[in-house]
Amino acid sequence: MMWRALQVMMEKEFKQILRDTVISRMLFVMPLIQLAVLANAATFEVKRAALWVVDLDQTPVATAMVDRLTASGRFYIAGSGMSPAQGERSLLDGRATAVLTIPQGFARDIGTSGRSTVQLVLNAVNGSQAGVTQGYATQIIARYAAELGARGAGPQGQSPTARPSVRPMVEVRTRGWYNASLDYRRFMVPGILVQLITMIGTLMTALNIVREKEAGTLEQLNVAPLSPGTFIAGKLLPLWIISLGVFSAGLLIAVFGFDVPMEGSLLLLYAGAALFLVGALGVGLWISTIADTQQQALFVTFAVLMVYILMSGLFTPVRGMPEWVRTLAQANPLLQFIALTRAIMLRGAEAMDVWREFLALGLIGPTVLALAIRQSRKSVA
Amino acid sequence: MTMPPETSVVGDHPSTLAIRAQALSRVFGAFTAVDAISFDVGQGEVFGFLGANGAGKTTAIRMLTGLLAPSSGAATVAGFDIRHDAARVRERIGYMSQRFSLYDDLTVHENIRLYGGIYGLTDEQIASREKDLLSRLAFTSSASLRVGALPLGWKQKLAFSVALLHSPSIVFLDEPTGGVDPVTRRQFWELIYQAAADGTTVFVTTHYLDEAEYCDRVSIMVDGHISALGTPASLKAEFAADDLDEVFVRLARGATKS
Amino acid sequence: MSPRFEAWSTLLAFMRKELRHLVRDRQTFVILLCLPLAQLLLFGYAVRTDVNEIRIAIAASAADPAATSLRAQFANSDRFILLPSIPNAAAAERLFRSQQTDVVVVLGPRTDSRTVGVTPPSLLIITDASDPNTSTTMANYAQAVVRDWQALRSDVSGRVAIDVRARMRYNPTLRSVNLFVPGLIALILTLVTSLMTALSLSREKERGTMELLLVSPLRPWQIIVGKVIPYLGLALVNVVSVLLAARFVFLVPFAGSYWLLMGASVLFALVSLALGVLIAALTSSQLAATLAALGGTLLPSTMLSGLIFPIASMPEPLQWVTTIVPARWFVEIIRGVMLQGTGVDVVWRDLLILSVMLVVLLVAAIRRTSVRLA
Repeated sequence: MMWRALQVMMEKEFKQILRDTVISRMLFVMPLIQLAVLANAATFEVKRAALWVVDLDQTPVATAMVDRLTASGRFYIAGSGMSPAQGERSLLDGRATAVLTIPQGFARDIGTSGRSTVQLVLNAVNGSQAGVTQGYATQIIARYAAELGARGAGPQGQSPTARPSVRPMVEVRTRGWYNASLDYRRFMVPGILVQLITMIGTLMTALNIVREKEAGTLEQLNVAPLSPGTFIAGKLLPLWIISLGVFSAGLLIAVFGFDVPMEGSLLLLYAGAALFLVGALGVGLWISTIADTQQQALFVTFAVLMVYILMSGLFTPVRGMPEWVRTLAQANPLLQFIALTRAIMLRGAEAMDVWREFLALGLIGPTVLALAIRQSRKSVA
Repeated sequence: MTMPPETSVVGDHPSTLAIRAQALSRVFGAFTAVDAISFDVGQGEVFGFLGANGAGKTTAIRMLTGLLAPSSGAATVAGFDIRHDAARVRERIGYMSQRFSLYDDLTVHENIRLYGGIYGLTDEQIASREKDLLSRLAFTSSASLRVGALPLGWKQKLAFSVALLHSPSIVFLDEPTGGVDPVTRRQFWELIYQAAADGTTVFVTTHYLDEAEYCDRVSIMVDGHISALGTPASLKAEFAADDLDEVFVRLARGATKS
Repeated sequence: MSPRFEAWSTLLAFMRKELRHLVRDRQTFVILLCLPLAQLLLFGYAVRTDVNEIRIAIAASAADPAATSLRAQFANSDRFILLPSIPNAAAAERLFRSQQTDVVVVLGPRTDSRTVGVTPPSLLIITDASDPNTSTTMANYAQAVVRDWQALRSDVSGRVAIDVRARMRYNPTLRSVNLFVPGLIALILTLVTSLMTALSLSREKERGTMELLLVSPLRPWQIIVGKVIPYLGLALVNVVSVLLAARFVFLVPFAGSYWLLMGASVLFALVSLALGVLIAALTSSQLAATLAALGGTLLPSTMLSGLIFPIASMPEPLQWVTTIVPARWFVEIIRGVMLQGTGVDVVWRDLLILSVMLVVLLVAAIRRTSVRLA
């Protein structure tokens, strides 16, 4: 009898969900729009910086340095002039994001002592972007200086070859693994995909049950000899399957539309998704027990998801958070699953690399679901 | 002042009792919604459960159908204790709430299949009962229509028939005819009589006192107590009234604390 | 009584009723007062892009003295957490995949060689670039440490060094809290004004009380003003409380004029309110209004306003889309005023754009509401 009831309940859910135009549109269109807009909007990529140049030296050595900066593709000249005040002004009204001041006697100092100084003032309102820009400038100028040295532009008579005992400079190279082209979408798309199925799984569960509450059909089911387990399984299994379907659709878009690599095992990824959804649907169930109207459900879901998303490392790295927030955030299933998805898709992580995330998801999901089921029983009695 | 609750037993054997409530109470905080009500309903009886809005009818029905746990007291429904054997009670009752309780976005056929399946009926059982039900209601051509598209009267008759689908021994109807036109109301009561003739106990609440006249017995709840209980004729005699309307108004007026 | 005076007194009475509604619904009122502060705390603590405590592992052969001095150099830097050394680059793979390290420095075999004429020794800095920005920042920091280490080791004669003295204006400590908290005011104002007005109006519509108001002698604009003023007051209380928290909890500096900030906040709140009224007029149910308000105001205000993601980093077409998001202009104003101390001479353009938006939305909202009347 239990299986029979489960069977007809699941049939009913699938029919209702797929028949509802608003919901099915939400299911099939939302992934597309979200991925298309968010993947492009959610980027911290540092594009070319607007540079204002105050060149008080006016020598070929100084001009060549500025040329190096623009030739790198990291900077473009937003303007230049001899007045430091003007430079300051350009920073304030947003025309420039950095002001480079080359002092008078810049080339002369290099010729006599081999050392000189330039000043770079950055608009650091966005600190991390300013840091990246500063890093680029420092690198380009250091390379230029090394080149000047090799050309013998420094103090004469002591070229490195003349003194064999000097240690040669170490050549420093950098390499970014797993995303060599530093494409932000590779980083964001897997995270957005996760956020998407969380939203769909949690919101659909909450709205679905609350709608039955509002319509009065929930009461009808409650007087039926339907065990709470059968009821919850009949509700959650279809939503679980549909969420996995949306995940698959999003995955296809990510891999074929956004060129996100799929380095690791698909099976491992789906195992993670299946486990994660248990918790996501559990939260939806919990919301449905405390909300009486769909609107309340929507609000609570929104509030919960906001905390989830902000503390998940989706948009901003978890590493920047204070210690105690980071510890707290470990209990966030979204954080664990986003880390897992990125590790499997981008880095090709294997089961033994991500067992911590699996362990966390395995603990969080069933716990949340168990608490939600207890709460839902209480609210019936 | 309220009268002490009167207990009347129909039939000699407890086994013929469909419902037996003993000092059943429900308290919400400081408010006592149902105050130690006791009554019996016999098998196959049409029992009218009357009372003003807020008298405690719905709370009582919710307790008897297992939607709400009693604060104290006991009750058996279809021979099983509502506290300890709620699951078995649920298998044996049908329920139709005052809010329409079929799924608007499913067809007539799909609703029947859903509720039949929940009560453990096999595909064959569902098919044959669906055929019966649709021909009895003259709905045969409407099986594939969405329930949301049906007129209210049809919906109510359908909901009642679906509540009887699994042949429950008792069916609870909470204001089943609210907002329905007089013709459909009459048809609805014909369905109720038919169910009672088949041996189903019908426990019905209503605000239409003309409907109460159709009941075998009625009880009138006032402020959480059962203030009157008996056949429509005996109540009219007891209160020396021409109709139940008068009985009701007299009881309701005398009772409120205001 | 002059008719004009009468109009004002009806309006006042109506506003009093609205205010009473707002305050009497204790739960909503508390939520409206506390939610912004909760949001501020969440943003302030959770949304940070600072890069600290970088875990670094050095891959080198055990006997390499250069590795020892490089280790010491990294150990002395307070940005890095030095992990035990690993034998070679292959071991780095495992560390990265299980997310146990952020940077690996691989020293080539001849780093300490004094032989001249063979291939120059090399040093490779590997970062996990899945997160591009963080990875670039970490690589920059690592490079700076390596540069210092080189300078200590090598003879500088014959070499040229150009010091880049960087000054971080407006946010010298590079705290991301300074970036996010001011922008948050925009989000809170959107939430309290657009969302709440849209809901309050559509609730009246759903319950049928709007009809009562419409058959009353109140003019449509009076109904709208009466509905909107209490929320405006609430929004300003929220701005002040968030500003106080930003100033004293997160120690965000305040460089500009308080008056300019408050003025801009009122302007932006009015724009959001008009948007809320318009949404309520265009939708038929509370649920639809909620969804429209979430999708039409809150999401753009979060994602397309520059609040979290720099607009300059977005693709060109999306940058165009952001120009119709009011919050984008307000975020620009508020960051300028709070952090950079900009004045009207700089932000007049943003103010002008917001004013135009206000006029357009207001006309549309009032017209839509009047149509309903007829």
